Amino acid sequence: MADKQTSQYSPKDFKSDQEIRWCPGCGNHAVLNAVQKALPELGIPKEKFAFISGIGCSSRFPYYMDTYGFHGIHGRASAIASGVKIANPELSVWQITGDGDALAIGGNHFIHLIRRNIDINIILFNNEIYGLTKGQYSPTSEKGLVTKTSPYGTIEEPFSTGELVIGAKGRFFARTIDVNVTLSTRIFIEAGKHKGTSVIEVLQNCIIFNDGIHEKVASREVREDRTIILEHGKPMLFGKENSKGLILNGLKLQVVRLGENGISEKDILIHDAQEPNPGIQYMLANMKYPEYPVALGVIRSVDVSTYEDDLTGQINSVRKDSKIKCMDDLMHSGSIWKVE
Amino acid sequence: MAKDTKVIAREEVVIRFSGDSGDGMQLSGTLFSDTAALYGNDLTTFPDYPAEIRAPQGSVGGVSGFQIHLGHSEIETPGDYTDVLVAMNPAAIKANAALVKQGGTIIYDKDNFTDKNLEKAGYVSDPIAEEKLETYNIIAAPISSMVKEALKDYGLDPKSVLRTKNMFALGMVYWLFDRKLKYTEQYFDKKFEKKPEIAEANKVALRAGYYYAETIEALNPVIKIEPAPIAKGTYRNICGNVATAWGFLAAAEKAGLEVFIGSYPITPATGILEELALRKDLGVKSFQAEDEIAGICSVLGASFAGRLAITSTSGPGLALKSEAIGLAVMAELPIVIVDVQRAGPSTGLPTKTEQADLMQALYGRNGECPVVVLAASTPSNCFHYAFEAARIAVEHMTPVLLLTDSYLGNGCEPWRIPSMKDLPEIHPPFADRNEIPFLPYKRDCDTLARSWAIPGTPGLEHRIGGLEKTIKGTVSYIPENHEMMVKLRADKVARVAEKIPDLKVTGEESGDLLVVGWGGSRGYLITAVRELQSEGYKVGFVNFNYINPLPKNVREIFGKFRKIVVAELNLGQFAGYLRMNLQEFRYEQINKVQGLPFTTGEIKEKCLKILEVE
Repeated sequence: MADKQTSQYSPKDFKSDQEIRWCPGCGNHAVLNAVQKALPELGIPKEKFAFISGIGCSSRFPYYMDTYGFHGIHGRASAIASGVKIANPELSVWQITGDGDALAIGGNHFIHLIRRNIDINIILFNNEIYGLTKGQYSPTSEKGLVTKTSPYGTIEEPFSTGELVIGAKGRFFARTIDVNVTLSTRIFIEAGKHKGTSVIEVLQNCIIFNDGIHEKVASREVREDRTIILEHGKPMLFGKENSKGLILNGLKLQVVRLGENGISEKDILIHDAQEPNPGIQYMLANMKYPEYPVALGVIRSVDVSTYEDDLTGQINSVRKDSKIKCMDDLMHSGSIWKVE
Repeated sequence: MAKDTKVIAREEVVIRFSGDSGDGMQLSGTLFSDTAALYGNDLTTFPDYPAEIRAPQGSVGGVSGFQIHLGHSEIETPGDYTDVLVAMNPAAIKANAALVKQGGTIIYDKDNFTDKNLEKAGYVSDPIAEEKLETYNIIAAPISSMVKEALKDYGLDPKSVLRTKNMFALGMVYWLFDRKLKYTEQYFDKKFEKKPEIAEANKVALRAGYYYAETIEALNPVIKIEPAPIAKGTYRNICGNVATAWGFLAAAEKAGLEVFIGSYPITPATGILEELALRKDLGVKSFQAEDEIAGICSVLGASFAGRLAITSTSGPGLALKSEAIGLAVMAELPIVIVDVQRAGPSTGLPTKTEQADLMQALYGRNGECPVVVLAASTPSNCFHYAFEAARIAVEHMTPVLLLTDSYLGNGCEPWRIPSMKDLPEIHPPFADRNEIPFLPYKRDCDTLARSWAIPGTPGLEHRIGGLEKTIKGTVSYIPENHEMMVKLRADKVARVAEKIPDLKVTGEESGDLLVVGWGGSRGYLITAVRELQSEGYKVGFVNFNYINPLPKNVREIFGKFRKIVVAELNLGQFAGYLRMNLQEFRYEQINKVQGLPFTTGEIKEKCLKILEVE
């Protein structure tokens, strides 16, 4: 309801009356749940949320949220969302996009939004495939993947989302996995609170066209050993009973076992998401199984001023100093003359 | 003025400054126009410059020109032919010799007529003889050496000294037309407030040119153009792109909306983005996007968020924006897209004018995708049509495409400043907060516009997007619903015809020939029609500013003429559009695609041919 106190919201306040049309078993359902759980925790009135999407399976998301929503065109969600947020910085703007939408057709808008640091929360559903068009390879598909448009295997190097985000001067990058709703919820809350562009890559399963693509790191049996959940200020430990960790060996990260070769917890790297120099965060974001565990959690979170704050500041300072307060002033400024 | 120099009065005169693109000809022309305007002449200007910022020096392709037509009566065009040509090098003679009136005056910098420069322009020895201009009033002025002499004691480096050549030439032209130097001197004092030595050098060169012309009696008699009898009021000079930007600002003030512009730089439209970027004092949010598509998409976002949202571009950029215009049609959001047309296709002649984006504006999208299309027709009425574009967009919840062109955007003229209180109010159809549940596609019965529910308003949460919807905003694939919505969107645009003024005829109300124009060629056409009318022909003229929908009285006007000719700077796009919409009439055509405006002479000649045929 419109007059509800922000603290009283529950996930169901954010559910729209639309029938959800994603395939049964699609990873998107879990992400939707996590978002609906996260929003009540942000203390923002419901009418201030705007969900903006592009095109693709995940981009249907805004229809399922009882908030303001705009389902855009392919690849352009970043640009539409930029307009919404700059026009009204009071809004909490969320962009819903996929690996094709954000990294192929919308790659240009995506990197420039990140560079500008407009306070938009981007949830990027990465299923490494084009689902809505029924199974073609995407810019994040593993090299060699056989799909309808790569019947002999792709010959393209995939993008790593984290690498691209950091390369585009990204200040917030996090990764989660569809099946871990608790982690996703926590990350969405953090992203919502972060001032500036936040990119959350969700490793998402497409049950129809790329089923099990993240299974090698996501399945219940191997999850603990093959992923590491990073938390700011905490040692980078993972595995059953936190038996493994990460250290810096020369210029590279290395997986070590506690208790082996004299390694103890004090040797393990402490995660610093707030370090402006992205060197270690970059390596963390790029870790791949089997050499490394895949990094989940908030990998980078650095505070700098946002585009819209700087714009508002500039407008206020120009306004203060200018003699032009309205159109009549402007039209009569400069060289004018009277005809009697 | 020397004592024995005679002064005669003339109705009008055309002057063209031309030289290398680095010679400062645009500035000389602009300063001359300002002085003429402040004196009270009516005038129109036309800058004609190459695409390269500094094309090869001395080459014909690198010649930059600025033409001014000023008069004692109403001036509608920059003029077909020039009375005075200022040529800073041989290439400028090559490029413009054919544009000088028989017996006109040519001032050239004879120091620059070196063998090398002559060769670059394709001359053997003497351009004047080779162009058969001996009977003209030729003034071979040693401009370069004169400025060197005049500024020898000012301690400037040789480059800065030579940079004042354009002011020497301007000083000479001021003398020819009995003009005061004071406005230009004031300009330099202000412009170079912090570099007084540069201000002084320019003023010295200006005066040196003036006195040089007097000494040699460059023209006898000197020509005087009395002020034009123009309506009372406060005036300023304005160029089309600035007028466009200001029209949006005025509309925003009237509608109580903040302006958002999202654009990507493109010639010749960039001036609109630049002007609005300056206007932070009026709260404008300007966003230089990473590309044309991001420009319009940011504008869609800003419109969704409740702002007066504008994107400006030229033809190639409009092509890139097509898909997003479709989204604006589907989402029924008010945005304005300005296309400052240039000669195409593709990169074409990027600094030259054309009217060949009309079909793209009307139909360049997938699906049944109607938008309102308007066209401005003078540099200063870009203000009015930008205001109208914004008014229609907001009140009818539709994208509006405003067409101007390179000639209008860069052209300048005196403009009587309107008072904000005389402009109409604009009423955005904001959604009623008490109307719960909010139906995003519920329509006003009169305009068929849906209402505008701004994010941040409690209770009006809703979703819009590019998929076909029902009135509730629910995605729908129902065949009958799609057809109904397609027809509603078309009808909404058609109903704008109820809120626009009737088309007005200039000249004869009925007769033998109706000349039909649209947008920026108005000035040439109206001048040609007035001349034909004064010669006794039964000719009328209409200029369309409202292209889609067409004004309601078009059929009635067309029916009163024996023949109709449509004149436009393309191969017949508006003529084709009229054939489709008003099939009962026969349309003759006058077309030109040279990257240049019409000339009054060629319009007259072609109209006379059409009149001759029974």
